Amino acid sequence: MQAFLKMGKLGEPSASPSTSGAPKKKTKNLPWVEKYRPKTVEDVVEQREAVSVLQQCILGADLPNLLFYGPPGTGKTSTILAAARQLFGDLYKERILELNASDERGIQVIREKIKTFSQLTANSSRADGKLCPALKIVILDEADAMTHAAQAALRRTMEKETKTTRFCLLCNYVSRIIEPLTSRCTKFRFKPLNQSFVLERLQEICQVEDVLINDDILNVLVKESGGDMRRAITALQSCANLKGKGSHITLENVYEVLTVVPSKWVNSFWDLCKKPSDIKEIIQFIDDLEQQAYPIQKVYEHLNDFLMDSENIDDRLKSEIGEKLAESSFRSSCGRGDFTNLLDFAVHTQEILTEPLERRRMQALENAKFTTILGLS
Amino acid sequence: MSLLWVDKYRPKDLSTLDYHTQQAQELKNLVEHGDFPHLLVYGPSGAGKKTRIMCILKELFGTGVERLKSENITVTTPSNKKVEIMTINSNYHIEINPSDAGIYDRVVVMDLIKKIAQSQQIAITNNQREFKVVVLTEVDNLTKDAQHALRRTMEKYSRNCRLILCATSLSPIIPAIQSRCLPIRVPAPTIEEISTIISKICKKEDTAIPATLIEKISKSVNGNLRRAILICEACKVENNLQPNRELPEPDWKVFIKQTATIITHRQSIENIMVVREHLYELLASGIPPEIIFKELITALVLKCDKQIIPQVLQEASTYEYRMWQGNKHIVHMEAFVVKFMCLYQRHLKDLLKDF
Ligand SMILES: Nc1ncnc2c1ncn2[C@@H]1O[C@H](COP(=O)(O)OP(=O)(O)O)[C@@H](O)[C@H]1O
Ligand SMILES: [Mg+2]
Repeated sequence: MQAFLKMGKLGEPSASPSTSGAPKKKTKNLPWVEKYRPKTVEDVVEQREAVSVLQQCILGADLPNLLFYGPPGTGKTSTILAAARQLFGDLYKERILELNASDERGIQVIREKIKTFSQLTANSSRADGKLCPALKIVILDEADAMTHAAQAALRRTMEKETKTTRFCLLCNYVSRIIEPLTSRCTKFRFKPLNQSFVLERLQEICQVEDVLINDDILNVLVKESGGDMRRAITALQSCANLKGKGSHITLENVYEVLTVVPSKWVNSFWDLCKKPSDIKEIIQFIDDLEQQAYPIQKVYEHLNDFLMDSENIDDRLKSEIGEKLAESSFRSSCGRGDFTNLLDFAVHTQEILTEPLERRRMQALENAKFTTILGLS
Repeated sequence: MSLLWVDKYRPKDLSTLDYHTQQAQELKNLVEHGDFPHLLVYGPSGAGKKTRIMCILKELFGTGVERLKSENITVTTPSNKKVEIMTINSNYHIEINPSDAGIYDRVVVMDLIKKIAQSQQIAITNNQREFKVVVLTEVDNLTKDAQHALRRTMEKYSRNCRLILCATSLSPIIPAIQSRCLPIRVPAPTIEEISTIISKICKKEDTAIPATLIEKISKSVNGNLRRAILICEACKVENNLQPNRELPEPDWKVFIKQTATIITHRQSIENIMVVREHLYELLASGIPPEIIFKELITALVLKCDKQIIPQVLQEASTYEYRMWQGNKHIVHMEAFVVKFMCLYQRHLKDLLKDF
């Protein structure tokens, strides 16, 4: 790993076959996520299963069709790119086709591109005379954004091109990929990265890039990135750029770039929800929260944690509150109803926690019977 | 021509911004660093997002960005419909509010960014940046479709085009866009900060204003600095700077409160018609739907019996949600009012029954 960091920095060709073919002049302005992408599959941290299988593949110079799934920033793209680099050496750019499934409207475009690509001939030797597999790889990112019809069409394309082309599908949710596709691929789940790995990687980057940050603040950054290495690296770079050379990154910097809501705000709000507070007080609080511009979706995330962790709330009530929370948070993401939705959540949580279940049941029945007819007077 | 105080005393440089000064300094560092990211500037209205954005642009490109012209551009949709949209631009940037184009926001966003990215800088001077900036306002009003398009466009043209997105709320902005921008939070200034700023302005205007009035104004505006300065100037123009004077409440706020009173006063078809007129008027004068909803709900809830508040809010949230799904805002507002009247009336009847 140390080796790749050095190489990444200087952009030097090294003796290993993982020589970077990337243009060197732009390295200064290269985003760190690109600059510090693993160059070999050995450099990929955590994802053991995928890595060991790919190592075998590289030795055997062949690949199955692959399906990588898991949350963002866990190394899916990096892993397949690194594998391609090791399989094809300098030729790797010509041998891969990266497509974004949600990029082009309609499967037609994708199929055309794949067809043209797979008809290109692939030699089984490289410029330097070394052997390499006579294969090409199509990387389909965000495969779960494709419609089922598009996926079905892709399946035929996959079958037709098996001789020369391998497919690697990347997605967040494997459940959104149709079975005929998943069954044609070797599947690997990419787990959210363990915080200690992310921390270690960031510390290395800090050294190389002369970033000044205390360990406890770096730890917060890692924690708030939630196992998403891309997020962590981007946040670190943003903080460093905001600070300029020579000054220390502060906790505030980290909070801002990761849009963290300070816990005292969420604590106070949760307290308001738990006791029979006055509606005026709640309205005032939400007003203040909006003045501070803290992202309301983050507030919901915190509230969910509080809810899960509270030991003195009965499970049934918990699930009721959880349902309301889901509804409010979803509705907030669909328009500009932050105020109404948060107020609705607060008032309902209050009701759930303070009114006896029986009475609420009766009320619900009454409400169900009630039809919207205005008694004219 | 005499400028309004809000315009006359608008800071033009990052170094002269009066509050969130640490942030301003960091933005300066960011510009100096040369590797400028896409920005997502967010915060409540009147907190100074726009001022800050203009300062950033000036820091990036110099005084050239202050030579603004306004221009209408026409974009043709795939169905051959022509959409006209107003822009404000300089040689270095262009600003639009894509939601002006309604459901055609996607086409407008894509088309515009493509055009900007493909047009090379004309006036070549030294220390020219390689990119132009597109400022998109009210991105929290963009359709999801437009947001997805934006996300792709922003990667594709990132070489010679940077985006500065401006929003009140982050909630409706898809994660994929949020993660591609550097978030810049602009909270409303505190009461003290507002007080300092208006007393500074008054001093420059040779206006003697009592400290108690300054404080009263600062407290009354709910963090909206623009409004504080406007009120202050209005007091001056009226030539009434008495510490105990009444401060004007925005007309529309008063109007919404009246509307709420009508609703709770009597639940009848006639009143529904009156309320409809009110809602039309509010929308026609450009009050955003979410503000109408927020103020109306607040006013109504304060008039309700505690018992029915949960249900009222449940309905409010449902109708507002539907409003954002559809395009005709008024329909859903009216539907909510009718629903509210029914709930309210039933509750009154229930109360009477017990007697
Ligand atoms: N397992 C990992 N090991 C090392 N680096 C990683 C790992 N996962 C992510 N990264 C880093 O995070 C960035 C984004 O990773 P990427 O592979 O694009 O994630 P995704 O899973 O979303 O495709 C890369 O620059 C890479 O440096
Ligand atoms: Mg990826």
